[in-house]
Amino acid sequence: MSQETKIGRSSLSPHPGPLPKREGNEGLIGQLYRRLSPTGNTGDAIFRATVFAAALLVLAVVLAMIVALASHSMLSIRQFGFGFLTSREWDPVKGQFGALAFIYGTIASSLIAVLISVPLSLGIAIFLVEQAPSYLARPITFLVELLAAIPSVVYGLWGIFVLAPFLRVHVEPHLARWFGWLPFFQGPITGIGLLTGGVILAIMITPIISAVVRDVLAAVPNTQREAALALGATKCETTLIVLVNGAPGIAGAVILGLGRAIGETMAVTMVIGNRAEISLSLFQPSYTLASVIANEFTEATANIYLSSLIELGLILFFVTFVVNAIARLLVWRVTRSTAGAI
Amino acid sequence: MTTLTALCTFVAVGILVVILSYIAMRGIGALNLRFLVDTPRPVGEGGGIGNAIVGSGLLLLLSCAVGIPVGLACGIYLSEFGGGWFASAVRFLIDTLTGIPSIVTGVFVYAVIVLRMKHFSAFSGGIALALIMIPIVARTTEEMIKLVPHSLREGALALGAPQWRVTLGVVLPAAASGIATGAMLAIARVSGETAPLLFTAFGSRFFPRNLNEPIASLTVQIYNYAISPYDEWHTQAWAATLVLMALILSINIAVRFLTRNRFS
Repeated sequence: MSQETKIGRSSLSPHPGPLPKREGNEGLIGQLYRRLSPTGNTGDAIFRATVFAAALLVLAVVLAMIVALASHSMLSIRQFGFGFLTSREWDPVKGQFGALAFIYGTIASSLIAVLISVPLSLGIAIFLVEQAPSYLARPITFLVELLAAIPSVVYGLWGIFVLAPFLRVHVEPHLARWFGWLPFFQGPITGIGLLTGGVILAIMITPIISAVVRDVLAAVPNTQREAALALGATKCETTLIVLVNGAPGIAGAVILGLGRAIGETMAVTMVIGNRAEISLSLFQPSYTLASVIANEFTEATANIYLSSLIELGLILFFVTFVVNAIARLLVWRVTRSTAGAI
Repeated sequence: MTTLTALCTFVAVGILVVILSYIAMRGIGALNLRFLVDTPRPVGEGGGIGNAIVGSGLLLLLSCAVGIPVGLACGIYLSEFGGGWFASAVRFLIDTLTGIPSIVTGVFVYAVIVLRMKHFSAFSGGIALALIMIPIVARTTEEMIKLVPHSLREGALALGAPQWRVTLGVVLPAAASGIATGAMLAIARVSGETAPLLFTAFGSRFFPRNLNEPIASLTVQIYNYAISPYDEWHTQAWAATLVLMALILSINIAVRFLTRNRFS
């Protein structure tokens, strides 16, 4: 078998140098050398070892991340156990730490962001792939992608001085007047809180979701559109069929955006109010996992305080890791399987 | 229906225009030469962002020195030897690594480097940024190398060149412009990062003297000024943002024109 692969390889790369000797009693180094360089060229062996080391480094970084975060949060894990996730008390003075308020703030702000961003992103992607002529689609695609190039801290600055006052004056009073009977729109209106955090997140994840949805829609084979049109479907119905075809990929795009929203730090920290409270009202200040780390990390003097903050980082790491993995698998399945179908 | 989708697009582009014009309007007032070269001063005495510009530049250099070679090598591995299960695993890890929040990268570097060295430093900041850069550079390198026609490789191999010379001497130059644009986008992305610098590079009010001490950066300075209660510092935050956005936008627009020429 190994002889066959050897022949197969050498026919692909007809290197005229001497083929490596095959001896039974070569040492470990000899075997390693042969693995690294089937052609028997020392330069190849060094080259291959170097680039392999870089790939290994990526693996090592991910493993080191898990180990470092886990070992540094051990103190907090030992002391609070599972209760860390269900306790809402975060009191550095008393040394009591629980993550529930931050988990709530993270989920709530991300959900608001996704709810606002998904229809917007779908509209953009449909417009760019299905409707706009290419001379319009290209520059607009670039402009929408530019939204992703704006740094988080700049969104935060704009959020504090432009978006928050705008929402306070022009949006939140109307929400309170018309929907005030809902628990979501009650309480004092300050412009700083869950709603503002969610809106700024929505703007930030829109370019990401719309870019992936665009790829997914573009991957739906044209035969689908032609078939629908040939059967007498209107343009609108055809688009619907295309959307159904790309549904798993669109779901992946949404989850990808959710993952990004969960981990966003600076912009949210600057507009969400940073108070560890659980309140149904979107006008109330809140706190997310990422922003409590950003705010309190350098102030944490006690070991248990620092350890609790690192445990929040560990939670954030695992949640975003899982969310991203699911999203990648969904998107990958659609773009891959339809590419095979054409 | 077209009206509705066009409206969505208009909203997104409109937000972009609004944000950029606010930055230009509010930033331009405080921008002058003195602001660009001076160090921060107490409220009421003016001051500038000279040390932050130098600091950001040094941090970017550090992160490029680490991130680009590693990302490049990783991308070469994935494209040239990336058939097996290990390469698939690495590819998957790289994709998920891009999704890990940058603040978590900051916490990781804090735990591994800052806690060991017992002080904040430019080194740790540079490494945190490099960790964000590596996956971006690696994936674009892989994609760009895959675009190089196979006949080029076969031609070089047929002339008797060993694999490493084929990759470094033929394939890599052919993909160079694509890889360069990928690296530029990675630099643009990293230059806007704040969260991983908060507790690695930390910040400083002076010009950097060596890389083993805390260092200022534009983004952290913008953050600190934005959340301060002083109007003067708010104005300075907008001006610093204008400088930062000028850098990021020019990279993005340059990349756009470079790639347009290549594909048309």
